[in-house]
Amino acid sequence: MTSDEPLIRVKDLSFKYLGTTRRVLDSVNIEIFPKEIVLVAGHSGSGKSTLLRALNGLIPHHHAGDYEGSVVIDGLTVANTAMSELARKVGYIFQNPDNQIFMFTVERDIAFGLENLRVPPPEIRKSVDTIMDSLGIRHLALRPPHELSDGQKQRVAIAGVIAMRPKILILDEPTSLLDPFTASSMIGLVSDLRERFGMTILIVEHRLDLILRIVTRMIILDRGRVVFNDAPRAILSEVDVGRYGVTEPAIVRLAKLMGLGDNNIPIDPGSMAHRLELASS
Amino acid sequence: MGEDSTTAEHEVKSSASTTIFSTFGKKDTKEIEIVKFDSVDYSHPSGVAALVNVSLSITRGEFVAVLGTNGAGKSTLVRHINGLLKPTHGTVSVFGESTRERTSAFLSRGVGMVFQNANNQLFAQTVRQELEFALKNFGFDRQTIQDRVEWALNTFSLKEYVDKPPMELSGGEKKRLCIALVLAWDPEILILDEPTVGQDYEQKALLGQIIMKLLGEGKTVMVVTHDVEFIWPLQPRVILMSQGRIIADGSSQEILGNPAVLSKGDVLPPQLVELSRLLGWKNYYPKDVFEAESRIIEQRYNIRVPDRKET
Repeated sequence: MTSDEPLIRVKDLSFKYLGTTRRVLDSVNIEIFPKEIVLVAGHSGSGKSTLLRALNGLIPHHHAGDYEGSVVIDGLTVANTAMSELARKVGYIFQNPDNQIFMFTVERDIAFGLENLRVPPPEIRKSVDTIMDSLGIRHLALRPPHELSDGQKQRVAIAGVIAMRPKILILDEPTSLLDPFTASSMIGLVSDLRERFGMTILIVEHRLDLILRIVTRMIILDRGRVVFNDAPRAILSEVDVGRYGVTEPAIVRLAKLMGLGDNNIPIDPGSMAHRLELASS
Repeated sequence: MGEDSTTAEHEVKSSASTTIFSTFGKKDTKEIEIVKFDSVDYSHPSGVAALVNVSLSITRGEFVAVLGTNGAGKSTLVRHINGLLKPTHGTVSVFGESTRERTSAFLSRGVGMVFQNANNQLFAQTVRQELEFALKNFGFDRQTIQDRVEWALNTFSLKEYVDKPPMELSGGEKKRLCIALVLAWDPEILILDEPTVGQDYEQKALLGQIIMKLLGEGKTVMVVTHDVEFIWPLQPRVILMSQGRIIADGSSQEILGNPAVLSKGDVLPPQLVELSRLLGWKNYYPKDVFEAESRIIEQRYNIRVPDRKET
């Protein structure tokens, strides 16, 4: 696959959950390329989580409904591919790590996926150790996950998922249960993963202030439709994203108020201070 | 609010008519101490110390934010106010009475708490029943219950879900329902535990408005939160916790405006504070973008913009 082929191609995707009358996704067309970090944002109920589930196969394999269109990931058509095979391409991190950690010790939990794939034990050992090192949790290897702090649990969940070396990592509101300090640290980690393992990242988040610095593309959903799909600064400078349920960082609001809302719109205090200093000199 | 014994029920039902809360409300309201922690320690049954020597006093009508990392003791602290937890040592007094003397069911009439995890608070078959439950328990009459439920459904945009099972709602909607059901019984003190998690921009704006409205009505509001960006414009009193202790207690300007203090609690400052410090501003940090804009223009043109607050 050449690098200008999309890694993920969502074509005319529509979906209605079984027993409901409303399309939660409505003719969604999206292409995502390798190594992008894509933020999916929108109102509660706009279809964000549904879109993520359509990418890892939970839809249509686990959630029944009216499914139209197609999702192709790294050459595999999701609707025709078993979830176990998709899991090797697409790693999914839940909002609440308790939903995906369940073994007795951290290292057993991380090894779980690899064991299921019948990877030889010495290789598993090596992979697990390497991953624990890269996530800074080696010292927690033998601890029971339920004793860990939220931030630590989140790292264990991530470790378990990236042990499978997926090409794509999906994070569903990963920071909402974390305090900003830990959240900030987790976001740095995600950025690092993309560098280190060449992963493509999709994140659903409501709050932009912590995540904006690493995002390469922003997709905004409104009632199941894609309304914006562009570089974050391009969208923020033109659009009042608050109308779509997205919380604009204070700095962005201030920049727009002061007429600094162009393609170079500052997105954090540092770039804002710099911009102001330039303006006054 | 989970007590099942008939004495507790009786206590709660009679509480709707003559209670320390209603008499409390009729006193002259200047400077009434509504919550007091006196050298409180709390240890979990497992032995882990969750609160260490906590003392604080909250005046009626105050707006207080409790900040700190996960595990700092924030939720443990507020659970002492509605009696879900009782101190291991020391005393917690609410409305002038020690919480040891009262059940959590009784205290809940005056202290409404919205849990961090909505799933822990919702259990009825339909949204309507969820909203009605506490009102029935507290002995409100039929008409009042109907009125309060209508109010809640409208204010929180829940009308379309009225006959649906709460579990079918999205995470953000469940949160909204929890806030609605607690406000429906109109407690004197409202405690919100991480109310902005999973909420989109408009829901947060609504929440901010509701908080300001409640404060305007003389209610006391406490918010446990990580979301410094949400509370900064509201400028509450800030209690910063770390490892079971209160490490700072002051105004938003004093605490959220002080990165050295914040870092002791592993809390990041709001963006406008960071910007203020980068631009060399001291004394007063603008609470919203309009104040920030005024300050920037002032600084740039060396003029004084009227009505700017200075401490």
